[in-house]
Amino acid sequence: MSTALMFAITVFVLSALVGFEVISKVPATLHTPLMSGTNAIHGVVLVGAVLLAADARGPLGYTLAFAAVAFAAANVVGGYVVTDRMLQMFRRRGGRS
Amino acid sequence: MNTTTLGWAAYLTAAVLFVVGLHLTSTPSTARRGNRLSAAGMMVAVAAVSTEVIRAHLITRAGATVLLTGALLGGGVGLAAARRVAMTAMPELVSTFNAVGGGAAAILAIHEFTGRGAELGAAAGVSGVLDILIGATTFSGSLVAAGKLRGVVPGRPVVAPGGRGTLTGAAATALAAAAWLAARPGTGVALAVLIVAALTFGVLMVLPIGGADMPVVISLLNAFTGTAVAMAGFVLDNLGMIIAGALVGASGTVLTRLMAAAMNRSVGAVMAGGFGTGDSTTGGTGPAGAQVRQVSPDDVATLLAYAERVVFVPGYGLAAAQAQRQAAELGELLRERGTEVSYAIHPVAGRMPGHMNVLLAEADVPYPQMLELTEANAELARADVALVIGANDVTNPAARRPGNPVSGMPILDVDKARSVVVIKRSMGHGYAGIDNELYVDPRTGMCFADAKQGLAAIAAAVKTFVG
Repeated sequence: MSTALMFAITVFVLSALVGFEVISKVPATLHTPLMSGTNAIHGVVLVGAVLLAADARGPLGYTLAFAAVAFAAANVVGGYVVTDRMLQMFRRRGGRS
Repeated sequence: MNTTTLGWAAYLTAAVLFVVGLHLTSTPSTARRGNRLSAAGMMVAVAAVSTEVIRAHLITRAGATVLLTGALLGGGVGLAAARRVAMTAMPELVSTFNAVGGGAAAILAIHEFTGRGAELGAAAGVSGVLDILIGATTFSGSLVAAGKLRGVVPGRPVVAPGGRGTLTGAAATALAAAAWLAARPGTGVALAVLIVAALTFGVLMVLPIGGADMPVVISLLNAFTGTAVAMAGFVLDNLGMIIAGALVGASGTVLTRLMAAAMNRSVGAVMAGGFGTGDSTTGGTGPAGAQVRQVSPDDVATLLAYAERVVFVPGYGLAAAQAQRQAAELGELLRERGTEVSYAIHPVAGRMPGHMNVLLAEADVPYPQMLELTEANAELARADVALVIGANDVTNPAARRPGNPVSGMPILDVDKARSVVVIKRSMGHGYAGIDNELYVDPRTGMCFADAKQGLAAIAAAVKTFVG
């Protein structure tokens, strides 16, 4: 096994453990914004889509790049905006501010 | 392409911001800042990778055009959807984002196989097939889930022709093709079979799952998407994607387990399907029950006006009737009169984890009044009135006894309140399809009405009653 792969697997496992720790502390009240917020985080696939667009050659490559970029961009933009929209509704006191 | 020092620093910054952002989500007052930090982290990562690509002169003119148009189109659609979506439709939107995220992750690996094929090493080959397997399954499965939530696809459990057999066949085919492709990364046929079989498996996996299990399914698909993105990170050797994907995979897993526990069902049992028959309640055509005590909105108003502590128990029926605002207005009216008002929220009260809280927040219910299961049960034990609106199975005392479909499910102890009022259209059953013993309790008054009209009538009566 290459050093790079061992390193990557280590990072993956430790990140997942950090994820379990941090997520377990989120109250049930915020579970929907949490899910849409983590949804936005997996929009990081946009990074891969940019790399794919740089790597693509030929009609098949460009088609795949287009689909990946469009999907990922919708995911990341929509995810963060809708999470922000939800979180601004959570108020300590009633009534419109 | 190898990550440069700039890229590495950017991914590390992004990872820190993601984790700190999630950490701030632990309280409602800091959560919004957390989400913005996370968004900032994302911008850093995307800006860095774009800079790398441009600096290295890697991208072709056509590639750049594809990138810009794709980003504008996708970003525009995502933005419009996020701005317009009704809060009741949030599960569909989240499910759709799961689909596109998983789809994009799968496409990254597909391109590696079509572009490099035989040159791919063992590690990239294995993570690549896992990415396609999970990503494609999530893509089609999430679209079916979104369709079920929207009502485009029937919400009741749908069994495909051949049932279990077809599902197992699709799974076996996908696994065989995955093994083949991992061993011989240049095989086009294996790639095609893997994609088709994984997409089919996703559809067949979600179709038999009933509406009541949606919170579990959405959480599970969320975990899948995160894992697919992490796998794509392994294929492209990109730390940013590995870290972010692992965080989301963990988050989805935590939520899946919480939701399954809230229904006292194993994830396996949920996936086996058959529970939850869709949005319409089965059976029960009218107030025909023998020993139920009927009460009018005026009676309820009198009861509420003299109460010191009132706990609202909203269920999915409240959201289906779009009556959140009426509930919040009645709550506020009582609170102004000095009554202590709170909302008891069961984890599976909505269509996704925490959905009911968002619906109530939109109706201006302050979050300190929203109680989780344990707090809610403590409050219910000392409440003068519990007002149940559109909740059914999660209030059924039968869950405390073995031998019925809801046995062992954690419930809201509504029957511990001094008196109980249930606003309900008919004596219809909940998802579990059994009678709710709460309704025949002598302390329970049944107010047969549509949630919206019933609550408005009670609020009007409270106003006139006290003058």
